[in-house]
Amino acid sequence: MNLPVIIKFVIDLLAVLLLALGIKGLSKVKSARDANRLAAFAMSLSVVGLLSYYLGTSGVAIQSWIWIIIGSFIGSLFGAILAKKVPMTSMPETVALFNGCGGMSSLLVALGVAIFPISSGQENFDFFKSIINEVSISVSVFVGAITFTGSIVAMAKLQGWLSTPGWTQSKVRHFVNIVFAVASLIAFFDLINGNTSSIWLLVIVSSLLGIGVTLPIGGADMPVVISLLNSYSGIAAAAAGFVVDSQLLIVAGAMVGAAGLILTQVMCKGMNRSLVSVLFGGSLSAQSTASSGSGEYTNITSCSVEECALTLEAANKVIIVPGYGLAVAQAQHTLREVTKKLEQNGIEVVYAIHPVAGRMPGHMNVLLAEADVPYEQLKEMDVVNPDFPATDVVLVLGANDVVNPQAKNDSSSPLYGMPVLDVQEARTVFVIKRGMSAGYSGIKNDLFDLPNTSMVFGDAKKVLNDLIGELKDLGVGEK
Amino acid sequence: MSFISLLWVLLLGSLLGLELIGKVPPTLHTPLMSGANAISGITMLAALTLIVKAEGNVPLLIIGSVSLGFALFNVVGGFFVTDRMLAMFSRKPSNKK
Repeated sequence: MNLPVIIKFVIDLLAVLLLALGIKGLSKVKSARDANRLAAFAMSLSVVGLLSYYLGTSGVAIQSWIWIIIGSFIGSLFGAILAKKVPMTSMPETVALFNGCGGMSSLLVALGVAIFPISSGQENFDFFKSIINEVSISVSVFVGAITFTGSIVAMAKLQGWLSTPGWTQSKVRHFVNIVFAVASLIAFFDLINGNTSSIWLLVIVSSLLGIGVTLPIGGADMPVVISLLNSYSGIAAAAAGFVVDSQLLIVAGAMVGAAGLILTQVMCKGMNRSLVSVLFGGSLSAQSTASSGSGEYTNITSCSVEECALTLEAANKVIIVPGYGLAVAQAQHTLREVTKKLEQNGIEVVYAIHPVAGRMPGHMNVLLAEADVPYEQLKEMDVVNPDFPATDVVLVLGANDVVNPQAKNDSSSPLYGMPVLDVQEARTVFVIKRGMSAGYSGIKNDLFDLPNTSMVFGDAKKVLNDLIGELKDLGVGEK
Repeated sequence: MSFISLLWVLLLGSLLGLELIGKVPPTLHTPLMSGANAISGITMLAALTLIVKAEGNVPLLIIGSVSLGFALFNVVGGFFVTDRMLAMFSRKPSNKK
């Protein structure tokens, strides 16, 4: 072994070690930030390793340098700008977009190798010689394309650019997707038989399959899909590793693929959904509109911000249930103002965080941390549920399905079995909401009909601002 | 590298990935997802290889360059955005009386 080979070998080993430590560290709150930087460092190290290897062996042509610089400059620039500018509330679609681009990259590498079998003397870099290479190319194209189109559809749905078309909720979609899958298989075997042009067929049908599988999935299940697609992009990277014969790519891709799968599993558990029902069951809302979505509210009590403020002032213990609506209204900072006032008056304030609060598991924690809410005040569902009977006031802000008692009481409800926050156990519940519209699931919320529940209608941010004014008038927090 | 040893690498890498994430608190689901997502942009190495091996084949150079761009968009954006999220957790809890 000559020197460049040894250097690359050592650097690759080091990079794998650091990446593994990075993923490990990311699963603990204390070490997460350093772990993320460690992983970023390992990635740059791997680039240095690869480039120094080529410089030491075959050399890198000036033309290659130019294209390397153009590609990396544009990609990094846009990536950095988006990462800095995007609001915390749009995190799910941002992750989906980044993920899709990773899949696209693997797809392009495999495509490039498939169309232009490159040969460079010494290393026997001739691809289309063995079936193995064709299999790796096909897998890389197939998984890469599904990751790309799937992620883009997921992003578009989360942004609200795409809705769920009706036909995708019928059995037709299974038929359509099976047709795409079979067509991919045909293209795959055709490719192995030596028909190079069928790579295009593979690209097209696997892209369509990615769309066909993601399109029917409803908003609430989208995080699970993104996590799964994230796992796919790891598999695509590993397949690309087989294509260019790189162990580092295979290890890193396999690690991300496997870790992504575990994360998907954990998320499914938190939402009480099985992965199979997420992927093949269709969106929850479409099923429910037929069954129990038509129920009418009979006993709605609405109240003014002033009454709400009076009740809050008299309370000893307040639990806040933040949800998607709070994230959309970007009201987390205003909420923090309100709770500060209450705390100054000696009222105990706790935030009850449902595992899927916000738009993605853990998203609400990020948003509240952004608003400077102390970490200790964020309580997870299992911890906070026994506290509700001893609580004077619960403020539900833009959450809906996660506080629906139907999930516990009504076995015919599509929500039945989902873990929920038992807010109805508290003495008084205020639900701050824009109107009577249903949540993600499209299901009527029995909580709103209960005698101890009062609705405060209005945009979360505006209501909270009014609340600050009312509390001021009452002299709360003026000590 | 023979194909068989590459398969071993794949197997062991997958097992490592399964083991690495044992208990993840829900708080970290979002950052972990976006951090792992950035790592999957490791396919930038494949794009680099493609460009270096292209030997003046311009269409291939372009494909490689576009692929590299997509990969780095994923990597750079992913790490930055993860850091932004995690920065909020590491902030000192505000001192209240």
